[in-house]
Amino acid sequence: MSITLHIKKGLDLNIAGAPEGDPTNATYIKPTSIALTPDDFPGLTLKPVVKEGDSVKGGQAVLADKKHPEITLTSPVNGIIKAIVRGERRKLLRIEITPADSDSSASLSTVSIESAESIKSLLMSSGLWAMIRQRPYDIVADPATAPRDIYVTALDTAPLAGNFDKIFAANAELLEAGVAALVKLTEGKVYVARRQGSAIPDIKGAEMVNVGGPHPSGNAGVIIANTHPINKGETVWTMDGFTLMRIGRLMKDGTANYDAYIALTGSEVASPGYIRTVIGADIKSLTAGRISETDEHKRFISGNVFTGENVGADGYLRSPYRQITVIPEGDDVTEFMGWASVSPKKMSVSRSFPGHFLHKIFRPDARLLGGRRAMIMSGEYDKVVPMDIMTEYLVKAIVSRNIEQMEALGIYEIAPEDVAVAEYVCTSKMPLQSIIREGLDYLRKELE
Amino acid sequence: MRPHFEEGGRFHSFKSVYDGFDTFLFTPTTTSTSGTHIHDAIDSKRTMIIVVLALMPCLLFGMYNVGYQNHLACGMTTFPFWHLFFYGFLAVLPKIIVSYVVGLGIEFVVAQWRKEEIQEGFLVTGILIPMICPIETPLWMIAVATAFSVIFVKEVFGGTGFNIFNVALVTRAFLFFAYPASMSGDQVFVAHDSIWGLGGNVADTFSGATPLGEVATMAGSDASMHLTAINGAELSNWDLFFGLIPGSVGETSTLCILIGAAILLLAGIASWRIVLSVFAGGAVMSLVAHLTATPTYPASFLSVEQQLCLGGFAFAAVFMATDPVTAARTNTGKYIYGFLVGVIAILIRTYNNGYPEGAMLAVLLMNAFAPLIDYCVVQCNIRRRMKRAKVNA
Repeated sequence: MSITLHIKKGLDLNIAGAPEGDPTNATYIKPTSIALTPDDFPGLTLKPVVKEGDSVKGGQAVLADKKHPEITLTSPVNGIIKAIVRGERRKLLRIEITPADSDSSASLSTVSIESAESIKSLLMSSGLWAMIRQRPYDIVADPATAPRDIYVTALDTAPLAGNFDKIFAANAELLEAGVAALVKLTEGKVYVARRQGSAIPDIKGAEMVNVGGPHPSGNAGVIIANTHPINKGETVWTMDGFTLMRIGRLMKDGTANYDAYIALTGSEVASPGYIRTVIGADIKSLTAGRISETDEHKRFISGNVFTGENVGADGYLRSPYRQITVIPEGDDVTEFMGWASVSPKKMSVSRSFPGHFLHKIFRPDARLLGGRRAMIMSGEYDKVVPMDIMTEYLVKAIVSRNIEQMEALGIYEIAPEDVAVAEYVCTSKMPLQSIIREGLDYLRKELE
Repeated sequence: MRPHFEEGGRFHSFKSVYDGFDTFLFTPTTTSTSGTHIHDAIDSKRTMIIVVLALMPCLLFGMYNVGYQNHLACGMTTFPFWHLFFYGFLAVLPKIIVSYVVGLGIEFVVAQWRKEEIQEGFLVTGILIPMICPIETPLWMIAVATAFSVIFVKEVFGGTGFNIFNVALVTRAFLFFAYPASMSGDQVFVAHDSIWGLGGNVADTFSGATPLGEVATMAGSDASMHLTAINGAELSNWDLFFGLIPGSVGETSTLCILIGAAILLLAGIASWRIVLSVFAGGAVMSLVAHLTATPTYPASFLSVEQQLCLGGFAFAAVFMATDPVTAARTNTGKYIYGFLVGVIAILIRTYNNGYPEGAMLAVLLMNAFAPLIDYCVVQCNIRRRMKRAKVNA
């Protein structure tokens, strides 16, 4: 059984630095430091369960949720807790671990994984649970809820995202083992989404979704909205293909594996391609010797240019551990009357720029390229949000904190990443993703 | 230089003005701190400038036409191009300056007061105001009306993006209702005085009514009407299309308006849904009026082409109805909004002899109804979602 989706709305950008090569041949890079970042797991309040200087084993819990202490984040390697870094008002920023060896997996007991409860507790103790998200609210899944369906996205349509089809295809039996476990957690279906024409074979037990069309067609939210939209009161879990693969391995032979395949991308990467490392690896080890040597300021993004985190050259790989993008920062550029520019180097969806008509590869930087304004142009968002949601009105409902209106306009279906393209095209440079995140957090606080 | 304008600096009261010029000259180096790391190159400055650019054919033609009408009214028989153009240029320029100085002055003060960046909205409004007023409108009236609408139609609502009504059109409506004698009739649409030796002085007894003004006075007359130029020559439909006829400065030439429309639509700035549906609405209403023509309402005898070319209809369709802030914002809403603008404009023009032109009132009326139209469209989306939830439940 499979469903085919042809998404029409959206936008694919031609940006320099697409990854080349075959991810199955990716070289392994051992990080010199690893960090786990609580901000990557919205919905959890994580407290450290280890102290600085403790030595930890791969798979050993280092952070646990305050409300559900059984949900943990585990150390991906054997090593020593180097630092517990806190920020303002003692907010926990990250836990840094110095790895002792390169082994990034741990054997856990898999005595009985027949019941849903035992599967859940194994996922929670292995740290993999935290990689499962739920809608509504786009937070780490609440183990107490029964999801209507589970959606796995084994594709990434974001700009410069890696194509990991070969890895998934080579590990199809792990995906199958993962699906076999997930079907026990839901009364509905487990959907696995792949690119149209992908090498990933049909996975037994899953409903395959073949997705075609421009970004954000590969986002879980878009796929859900176009197959079986979420209604008030329903919960759907989402995860990426790698999480399913890790779950599959855990179910199959009891190994919790924390390897990560990374697409190293962006115009400032000398030879964009694939590498293999450990989740939370430090960016410096991963990018050493691979960045173009220019004097320009650079921005190191863990993730893609739409939804990634600006982590800096000294930062760490952040969830969802799949991509690093390096682009020019742009704060050292002086541009005279940029708004009047007819330069073909300007990347835009607007036909007022000649670059729009040239099928060129662009090299965008991180500038806003304009001032923040009130919402002036209309209909811009509708062209790039392929969901039956009136984004502009939803955003207005959120800004005015009107809960009834937010619900009516479909806030339960959306996650910040779904409006990222709209944020990119917005003439008024509205911070749409932050607004959606605020709305989701506000709603959760008010309704819980 | 910048520190002088920061908090505590000597010229802090001019910070908004400084920032305005700085961001105008140099693209800001502010980089993204949250959300997407890259942004599209389009911004509100470029959007507004493209609208101004699209208005240029109309403005330049309007200047020429001001000179042409003056020469025609003086009974001259030669029409040297540059003479006419410079006459018109000198007649229109003070109005542009007054409108920009008053409007931008208020914007600068308000921006500084609110500690905000100067917004670009008035760049378009400021050029529209002189283009939709009769050439003989006194400068002080333009100043008063501009100040009124910038303050009471835009700034009190929160500035660009928050206004309910089109600022330029309210300026004109203010003039129309406050000073009706200076805004209609047969004396105001043709420049009367010579400027620096250019052009000529028009006799006081001369009548220079717009074609629509002419039509409105023909109540009860027979069905076969002939539109005439101010020198009495008959006007063909092509004359109406090219626009060498009396009227407000920027609106006479349908050809130039269509060039502007092409620029806006190609650049994707104006909504083609609105432009298309205004013309569709106007055409349908003109046809209905034409088919049921009666001597009580002389304008009902006008053909569809004449209705669409005459007066401010085309200008309103392309440059006024499409203002994204005051128009309907949903795609379905745009069709309804545009269609009704077209219908009402022709309805007022045809069936109310007191108002020779209805485009202004039609757009303002629909500005008021646009949120209601959008509300209904949004409710449809909400109802669809509720229904889906019930079916599943």
